[in-house]
Amino acid sequence: MIPIRQHEGLVYPLNRSNIDTDQIIPKQFLKRIERQGFGQFLFYNWRFDENEQPRVDFSLNEDRYQGATIMVAGENFGCGSSREHAPWALQDYGFLVIIAPSFADIFYSNCSKNGILPIRLKETEVQQLMKKAETPGYRLTADLEAQRVYDNEGFEASFEITSYMREMLLNGWDEISVTLTHEDKITQFEQQRS
Amino acid sequence: MGDPQTIVEKIWNKHIVHQEENKPDLLYIDLHLVHEVTSPQAFEGLRMKGRTVRSPERTFATMDHNVPTIARHFISDPVSRKQMETLYENCQEFNIPLTDIHHPDQGIVHVIGPELGLTQPGKTIVCGDSHTSTHGAFGALAFGIGTSEVEHVLATQSIWQAKPKTMNVKVNGTLAPSITAKDLILAIIGKFGVRFGTGHVLEYTGEAIRGLSMEERMTICNMSIEAGARAGLISPDDTTIEYIRGRRHAPQGEEFEKAAASWKALATDPDAVYDAAVEIDASEVEPQVTWGINPGMCLPVSGNVPSPDSAKTGAEREEIERALEYMGLEANQPISSVPIQHVFIGSCTNSRLSDLERAAKIIEGKTVHEGVRAMVVPGSQSVKSAAEEKGLDKIFTAAGFEWRDAGCSMCLAMNDDIVPPGERCASTSNRNFEGRQGNGARTHLVAPEMAAAAAVEGHFVDVRSFFTSAV
Ligand code: SF4
Repeated sequence: MIPIRQHEGLVYPLNRSNIDTDQIIPKQFLKRIERQGFGQFLFYNWRFDENEQPRVDFSLNEDRYQGATIMVAGENFGCGSSREHAPWALQDYGFLVIIAPSFADIFYSNCSKNGILPIRLKETEVQQLMKKAETPGYRLTADLEAQRVYDNEGFEASFEITSYMREMLLNGWDEISVTLTHEDKITQFEQQRS
Repeated sequence: MGDPQTIVEKIWNKHIVHQEENKPDLLYIDLHLVHEVTSPQAFEGLRMKGRTVRSPERTFATMDHNVPTIARHFISDPVSRKQMETLYENCQEFNIPLTDIHHPDQGIVHVIGPELGLTQPGKTIVCGDSHTSTHGAFGALAFGIGTSEVEHVLATQSIWQAKPKTMNVKVNGTLAPSITAKDLILAIIGKFGVRFGTGHVLEYTGEAIRGLSMEERMTICNMSIEAGARAGLISPDDTTIEYIRGRRHAPQGEEFEKAAASWKALATDPDAVYDAAVEIDASEVEPQVTWGINPGMCLPVSGNVPSPDSAKTGAEREEIERALEYMGLEANQPISSVPIQHVFIGSCTNSRLSDLERAAKIIEGKTVHEGVRAMVVPGSQSVKSAAEEKGLDKIFTAAGFEWRDAGCSMCLAMNDDIVPPGERCASTSNRNFEGRQGNGARTHLVAPEMAAAAAVEGHFVDVRSFFTSAV
């Protein structure tokens, strides 16, 4: 996993709540057995029409948001199916930071296993960012070490994250390697039970 | 004796492998269920690092999400075929038991786990699927995980988890006749919203829950994720124990009696404290139909679709407008006036034998309404054969239903069972998200009886009036 400490990037606002993983990556793309290459299918049914042409009325298709790496969304982001294809698609498309008032539990944990930083901010702060991101070229910095989000116009907010997840993301650790340092304990547990 | 505990605390404490300050606990996993869609990248990850599966005997695989439910001898879509072959090869390589597409036990992972007796009280159960919460009906701590976690559990038989908060969902009173577990869980989500369970394990308690069969309890726990909770469970009782007795993977003979006693001891202690609680009166619940694009957007069948004017906030207004537009509905329209084109009876929520029996009772001697395409997709091949022994297949096919092989099918429409754009489906599944049953498809979630009645009438009807007027 690639570590993420501080990230500065263009912001894309998607002002909808309860965005579910069926929207993030529709099921017809879950048949592939690879982990890469899902970015082209991100928000597929919102981005493309029946003829596979980009929909002009979907904001992610607008010029001003090309190259965005930070997404700001409404509450309960990532609800529904546990498919990790959702964070894979977001990351492959280029998003490294997702900001929302709340996330669905499984999606939140899936992000952290893939080097995506999910940030919970207050609803009012999220709405402020939604407005600001209407301006073309609006950029933010997310600083995981300091647990802060800020821009160069004076916006600043702090966020909570568990120390475990923070360390994982900061170091880009492979969780299985960490667990295997406790392998003797797993064996012991199994022996005691049998 | 220590402080009174909830079942969640009891199960949790028995599974802690390692504990450290400021870290989640490392929790042992008793049963890991695997399917074709969320596992290939996990197995590939193991291979890349030269790792292996720690406990193949605690792992069990099936093919369900992407399998054809008709003409199964050949999967024509090469990408789907590859996915199925990959699971087969992975199970061979790592010695994992698999019910493949031709196996008599094949079925939806959350139907076959309980059916085979793999699901037992007190177990920690995970699967790369959010509806793993279903197994909580047995008093197991069961939750969905992502593919990285699938890989982690394969490699270590354990998972890092922060101890969840608990919520008591107390259902007082009893359900009125002809009101089902599906109506109850939809009513709960309708009342408290699609986020109320976030960060919690829901424990369903109360008189109405005690009165439910195991299959009904599974319907309830199944949709915990639709309430935002990763897991939902019900303390085990005699109903639980009698369901498990004699099943293939359950302990047998004396061992069973011993196990049963320990299972009962898992039930939440009187006076145990939950982190949160909600209450609902079962006797108020009417047959439910969802009108919108998340499961919280539901109504009694006698109700009218809401108007954006009823919204309390600007955001809610936008949500209603969006849902009405996607669903092709008018504000204030009676939900019963909406014509449907498809009926799907199936999915891990409502595809067990009792679901099919109840639907068959409605459909017996009647015919599917003109212009409606209706299908039954049993949850497992065992459900299918048990139903056929009872002649249910004949009742359905005589009425004009298609009778299919087991799989997820039109619940997520990954295979060819798809609702076309703009068309409407009365579905016994659990998600009415945009595009869930096909791009542009419009899903209305209902109980099996309601789906069957809608198939006959061509629109939603109160199944209770159907009972009285139709006989
Ligand atoms: S039936 Fe539907 S909800 Fe259940 S496991 Fe299959 S796809 Fe998921």
